[in-house]
Amino acid sequence: MTGVAIVAKGLTRRFGGFTAVDAVTFDVRAGEVFGFLGANGAGKTTAIRILTGLLAPSSGAASVAGFDVYREREAIKRSIGYMSQRFSLYNDLTVRENIRLYGTIYGLSASVIRARTDNLLERLRLGESGSKRVGTLPLGWKQKLAFSVALLHQPRIVFLDEPTGGVDPVTRRQFWELIYGAAGQGTTVFVTTHYMDEAEYCDRLGIMVAGRLDALGTPHELKERFGAGSMDEVFLRLARSGAPAGAAA
Amino acid sequence: MRRLLYLSWVEVLHVVRDRASLAQLLLVPFIQLVILANAATFAIHDTPAAIVDLDATAASRALSQRFAASPHFRIIGGPRSVAGADEALRSGEATMVLAIPRGFERALVRGEGARVQVQLNAEKGSAAGIVQSYAQRIIARFGAERGEREGTAPALRRIDVQTRGWYNTELDYRQYMVPGILVALVTLVGTLFTAQNIAREKELGTLEQLNVTPISRAEFIAAKLLPFWVLGMAELTLGLGLGAAVFGMPVRGSLLLLLGVAAVYLVAALGIGLLISTAVDTQQQAMFVTFFIMMIYLLMSGLYTPVDSMPGWVRMAAEANPVKHFVEVTRAVLIKGAGAAEIAKPVGMLGAFAAGFFGLAVWRYRKTA
Repeated sequence: MTGVAIVAKGLTRRFGGFTAVDAVTFDVRAGEVFGFLGANGAGKTTAIRILTGLLAPSSGAASVAGFDVYREREAIKRSIGYMSQRFSLYNDLTVRENIRLYGTIYGLSASVIRARTDNLLERLRLGESGSKRVGTLPLGWKQKLAFSVALLHQPRIVFLDEPTGGVDPVTRRQFWELIYGAAGQGTTVFVTTHYMDEAEYCDRLGIMVAGRLDALGTPHELKERFGAGSMDEVFLRLARSGAPAGAAA
Repeated sequence: MRRLLYLSWVEVLHVVRDRASLAQLLLVPFIQLVILANAATFAIHDTPAAIVDLDATAASRALSQRFAASPHFRIIGGPRSVAGADEALRSGEATMVLAIPRGFERALVRGEGARVQVQLNAEKGSAAGIVQSYAQRIIARFGAERGEREGTAPALRRIDVQTRGWYNTELDYRQYMVPGILVALVTLVGTLFTAQNIAREKELGTLEQLNVTPISRAEFIAAKLLPFWVLGMAELTLGLGLGAAVFGMPVRGSLLLLLGVAAVYLVAALGIGLLISTAVDTQQQAMFVTFFIMMIYLLMSGLYTPVDSMPGWVRMAAEANPVKHFVEVTRAVLIKGAGAAEIAKPVGMLGAFAAGFFGLAVWRYRKTA
């Protein structure tokens, strides 16, 4: 796929009187690692839920992998992988059973599933743990497994919602190596985070403040524009200038 | 298909790997069956009764009048002959037939010990036992009052009552209760399990992950239903075997036919559970809603009290209760030995419920939040 993976134009989602995502406009190029930054409650998750077809927008337009978020949600679901904020593999199933379940749901053949499972276990150095229940794995491994399962059907775009929450710095680094690995294979990565060091790893960034997308650009551009030495500073400056109460939600 | 089967298999793994669920599914119904089968009490009104008065005298009419005046009986018109009464009993039009033979009044007047015959459809065992005792009380009081008036010796005031139970000749109420309780338990457990199932995935957050996959809604609901359907069928089969072996439950009709109907019924019962599960957010809500609905369904199923003695509008409402229809079929097949033709109507209703509830569950399940 060349060109654009995700397009959003004035994308808005309201819950009653509260506007969670407020006229957000951006695009994500195919093959890039796009970081979506924001404080808790800034609207990152709502945006990601719209783009993954879990939530209908209130207004505005968006397309993912060329499919419309209003009318072609099932087509979007076939083209994307998704890793939610909450760990969502089955703790009572083994590593292999979880992989097989999602492989089967995405319609992969038994032999493809077997080959990719072996490959995946080897890559994550989980070889010994294939028949262990997922619930017994340490959190870092669970997250890496969840990421790999989200990529199992080789989607064109993968959405990661705060994938490294609660994970130690070493594992976070390893996780980003996995993300680069996927991007290297041509997968577009859309990742939300509130770790500013992770923001530096992204090709381009969008920063959300109280539902609005306040800044968009490469980490370098953003630092320059705000005259800041680090992404941390950029972020704090934006957050302070942003909405008074909304960001606290 | 492969997808459906593996998803279903995963459901089985969820149950098998959770000891509490496993116990709930396998042990609880059987323990309850043993306890419940030995405890229950009843009161019955408006039993349809036919009176064949072959004596046609003042005395026989007076006895008939007693039955007509009793709140326990509702006299149906029609049969004037023994054959006609038999037919009414067989068709279910009458649950009891009182036959007053020729010479009843004469025997009574002479104090020779008059005779009447009471025939009961004892298919609904416990009910039949109670109806019998009502009838006997009316007849005995009639005899006693009559005797007092005529000045006959107390020993001669007796009226011999010849009772004949049909279908359930021993009037063993367990024969009638065991299949019913089995139905109730399988229904309750199955519905509860399915009702909690999707709610549990909502709580765990695993549902969201499934909702971003291209899985179809019907496939998802079917995969949730299938394993509990298989477990329910296994449980029923096992329970029927246990009922027959331990409780002496009669098996007069075809077990295969009964299991065939059960296959349809379970889709309806589990469909209700899944419909509840798609509508609620937590397992706790699912429990409450399920108990509320099951309570009404079970109490109005004719399992504990006959639907026939409920007020008219309740009887109408009971038609919308799949449990009622299945209890009916179970008893007809096991106790009466009914064949496919005789249970066609309730089976048709069950088929409609199965399709309806499954369809509603699929329709109500949303892949968006």
